[in-house]
Amino acid sequence: MKQRKGIWALVLMLLFSLALVGCNKSAGTDEKPADEGDTAGETSGGQLVFGRGGDSTSLDPAVTTEGEAFKVTKNIYETLIEFGDQDTEIHPGLATEWDTSEDGLTHTLKLREGVKFHDGTDFNAEAVVFNFERWKAGNAEQFYYYNSQFGDKIDSVTAVDEYTVEFKLNTPIAPFYKNLAMSPFGIASPAAIEEFGEDFFKNPVGTGPFKFKEWKENDYITIVKNEEYWQEGLPKLDEVIFRVIPENSTRLNELATGAVDLIDGVNFSDKATIDANPDLQIFERPSLNIGYLGLTSTRGPLKEKLVRQALNHAVNKQEIIDAFYAGAAEPAINPMPPVVAGYNPDVADYEYDPEKAKELLAEAGYPDGFEMELWAMPVPRPYMPEGQKVAEALQKMFEEVGVKAKIVTYEWATYLEKANAGEADTFLLGWTGDNGDADNFLYVLLDQDSIGSNNYSQYQNAEVHELLLKAQASSDQAEREELYKQAQVIIKDDAPWIPLVHSTPLLAGSAKISNFLAHPTGSDFLANVEIQQ
Amino acid sequence: MLSYTVKRLLSLIPVLLGLTLIVFFMIRAIPGNPAQTILGQLATDEAVAALTKQLGLDQPWYTQFFHYLGGLFTGDLGESLRTKSPINEEIWPFLAATAELAFCAMIIAIVIGVNAGIISAWFQNSWFDYVAMILALIGVSMPIFWLGLMEQWVFAINLEWLPTSGRENVRAPIETITNFYILDTLIQGRMDQFWVVVKHLVMPSFALATIPMAIIARITRSTMLEVMKSDFIRTARAKGLRMFWVVYKHSLKNAIIPVLTIIGLQTGLLLGGAILTETIFSWPGIGRYIYDAINYRDYPVIQSGILIIAVIFVTINLIVDLLYAAIDPRIKYN
Repeated sequence: MKQRKGIWALVLMLLFSLALVGCNKSAGTDEKPADEGDTAGETSGGQLVFGRGGDSTSLDPAVTTEGEAFKVTKNIYETLIEFGDQDTEIHPGLATEWDTSEDGLTHTLKLREGVKFHDGTDFNAEAVVFNFERWKAGNAEQFYYYNSQFGDKIDSVTAVDEYTVEFKLNTPIAPFYKNLAMSPFGIASPAAIEEFGEDFFKNPVGTGPFKFKEWKENDYITIVKNEEYWQEGLPKLDEVIFRVIPENSTRLNELATGAVDLIDGVNFSDKATIDANPDLQIFERPSLNIGYLGLTSTRGPLKEKLVRQALNHAVNKQEIIDAFYAGAAEPAINPMPPVVAGYNPDVADYEYDPEKAKELLAEAGYPDGFEMELWAMPVPRPYMPEGQKVAEALQKMFEEVGVKAKIVTYEWATYLEKANAGEADTFLLGWTGDNGDADNFLYVLLDQDSIGSNNYSQYQNAEVHELLLKAQASSDQAEREELYKQAQVIIKDDAPWIPLVHSTPLLAGSAKISNFLAHPTGSDFLANVEIQQ
Repeated sequence: MLSYTVKRLLSLIPVLLGLTLIVFFMIRAIPGNPAQTILGQLATDEAVAALTKQLGLDQPWYTQFFHYLGGLFTGDLGESLRTKSPINEEIWPFLAATAELAFCAMIIAIVIGVNAGIISAWFQNSWFDYVAMILALIGVSMPIFWLGLMEQWVFAINLEWLPTSGRENVRAPIETITNFYILDTLIQGRMDQFWVVVKHLVMPSFALATIPMAIIARITRSTMLEVMKSDFIRTARAKGLRMFWVVYKHSLKNAIIPVLTIIGLQTGLLLGGAILTETIFSWPGIGRYIYDAINYRDYPVIQSGILIIAVIFVTINLIVDLLYAAIDPRIKYN
C-alpha cells in the first residue's frame, strides 16, 4: 500500500498543477479591471508606481550615501533650503529667509512656521538643532555626508527663538546653502528618532508631502499622501510605490504593460522604441554628471604627462556617444558639466588626432607604445551604461596609436577598492553631482585631500590644491568661479583623466503622467506629479 | 527504518559542521578587509580598528568560528552589516519567496519531466520521443535570461495573459502572514488575490523549471527504457496486463530511484540557483538577497545565506534517501 500512496501523491500533484495552469489561463485578463475597481473607489489623486533598479538600504537619509535611498526620502523629508525644480539654485524650503554675516562665519535662518512632522509634533528651531547635534555627535562612518560637507567646520547650531536658527562656523563654507539643500540633510522628527532608536531607518518621519507606509525589502516601498502638508493642494498623488525591478528590459516591459507608471534607468538604446509608442513618454534628467577614464598618475608610463595627453588625443568621444548613448550625451572637456557655476568654457579639448598622439608618445619615449590595463566598470550607471563595450571601443582607439590595453574587470566592491588603492592603470568611472557646486566635482574628485576617497586617479598638484582650498573658503561667488576656472586650466594640462561624457540620463513614463520634472541630482520631488485616472 | 533515520540524522552533524567551517573560511578568503569595506574609504584607521574589534576579526580564527557556531546553536545568525537587523528575522521573507517559486518550479518540472520521459520511453523512436528529447536538449542548454525575456514578450506584452514580473500586484498589496503568498491569500480567503499570486508565479516558475524539467525527462526516459527491457515487464505484458499499468505501475516503480536522486539534487540547486530568474522577474528572493550582500560585502549575510541554502540542500537529499526505502522495499538500510 505504501508504494501505491507514493504514486498517487505524484498523480495528485500532476492534477493540481494542471488545474492551476488551466484556471490561470481562463482567469487570464481579469486582473486589470479588478485593480481599477480597487483604487478608483478609495482614492482620488491616484497611485504612481515608480520602477527602479535597486532597493533603498535606509530610509534615514543622514546615514546613507545611496541615490536609491534619496529617491524615496526626498519625498518624506524636507531640507531647510530646497533646490530648483530642475537645477541646483537655492530656494526657500523649511527655512524662509537666511542671512550671512560679513565674515561668512555666521548664518541665520528664519524657519517656516506652522509646519508639523508626520507624527504630529512641531517643526521648529529646536528640531533643527536636534538634527544637527545628532549628526555632529556621530562619526564619519555613521553620517558620511555631514562629515564630508560640514564636519568640524560647524562650531555650533543654536535656536535663537522658536523659529530662528543660528549656525556658527569655524571657517567659511562657500557652498553652505547648497549643502543644506542636499537630501542627506532632511530634517527628521526628534520624537521619532528617540522613539525608534536603531530602527529609525525603517520608520522615517519627516515633514514632506508623503508619509511612509510600508517597506517590503527588495520588493517595494509605499509612501502615502500627507494630508497635513503645509503646501496647499499638494501632493497631487495619493500614493507612490517605489518598486524594485532590477532588470532594465523587465522594467521597460512593466511600463509597457501599465503595471508601473514611471521608470528610471532606461537603456539609451531603448529610446527609439519608447518614442515610437504613443502611450509612453521620455523624460530627460538634466545632466549633472561626468563619465571618465581615469589615468592613474602614479603608474608606469602614465606618470608622464605627455603620455596622458597622448591618450587624450587618441579618443574619439563623439563616436562613443553615438554608439552607446544614442546621442543623449555631450563630450566632456572639463571634469564637471557646463551647468555648474565656475565651468571654464575657454578650455579647449584635446582634439581627436591619432597622429598627434603617436608624436606625443614618441616624445615621451614610447615610440612603439606600451601595454597597460584598462578597467571596465561591471555595473551600469547613467554616465556609463555599458562599461564593457565602452572599454572595448577605447581599447581599439588606443591600439591605433600603438598602446595595447588589456581589459580587466572585477566585482563592483572590489573594483572600487582596488582602483581606490591606485592598482588600476586606467579605469572607467564617473560621478553625479550632489549639490551642483564646483567644489563637489573638482575638490571631491581631483584634490590631493581626496586621494583615498574619490580621487581614484591619485592626482596631485599643489597649485590646484591651493586654488581649490581658497575657493572653498571664499564667500565671494565671482572670486570662487575665477579660482575654479584657473584650476580647470591646470587640470586639463595635467590630464589626470580622459573626461568622456556628460550624459543625459533617461526616464520613461506613461503618457498619463504630467508635471513630472526629473532633477539633476537624481532625487525627484513627486508632490506636483499628476496621473490621469 | 527508524534506526536508519536516526543514524542518517546523526551523520548530518559532521556534514553540517564541515559545511559551516567551509563557508566560514570561504568568506574570509575574499580579498579586502571587511571593516574597511564597511566603513568606506574615508574611514580613519582608528575607526577601522574599532570595527575590526567589534566584529571580532582581531580574534584568532578558532575563537571566531566557535563564537559563530555558538550563535548558530541559539538560532542567532548574526546581524546584517548593511541594515543592522538580525539576519534570522530579515532572511525569512526572502527564503519564503524563493521556496514558493522553487516549489512551483519543481512541481512543473516533475510532472512534465517525468511524464515526458515515460511517454518517450513507452513510444521509443516515435515522433513524440524525438520531439520531446530535442526539446529536452534545448531546455538543458537554454539561457534563462533569454527565455525569461521571451516569456515576458509573448505572455505579458503581446497576449497580456500574465503580469511581467514581481510577486503580487503592488497597487493592491497582499497582507503577509507566512510570506508564502499562496498560503497567505488562502488563509485570508482572498480568492481574487490568490489568482493574482498564481499568475505572477507562472512565468518565473516555468523559466526556473526548464532546466530541471529537461534533465528529469532525459533521466526518466533512459532508466525507463532499461527497466522496460527486463524480464518481469515482459512477463507482465504476457499476462495481458494493460500497457498503461505496465508502464505507470510496474516500470515506473522500478525506474523511479535515479529520477528521485536527480529531483533531490535539482531542488537543492534551484534554491540557490534561482538568482537569474529572480533578477529577470523582480522576485525578492534569497538569491538576490545574497547577491546584494556580496556587492555590499555584508559578510554575516553571505555566510548565513550560503549556510542556510546548504542546510536545505543536505536536508532535501536526506529526505530523498529516506524516500528510496519507502518506495522500493528491496532497499533496506541495515
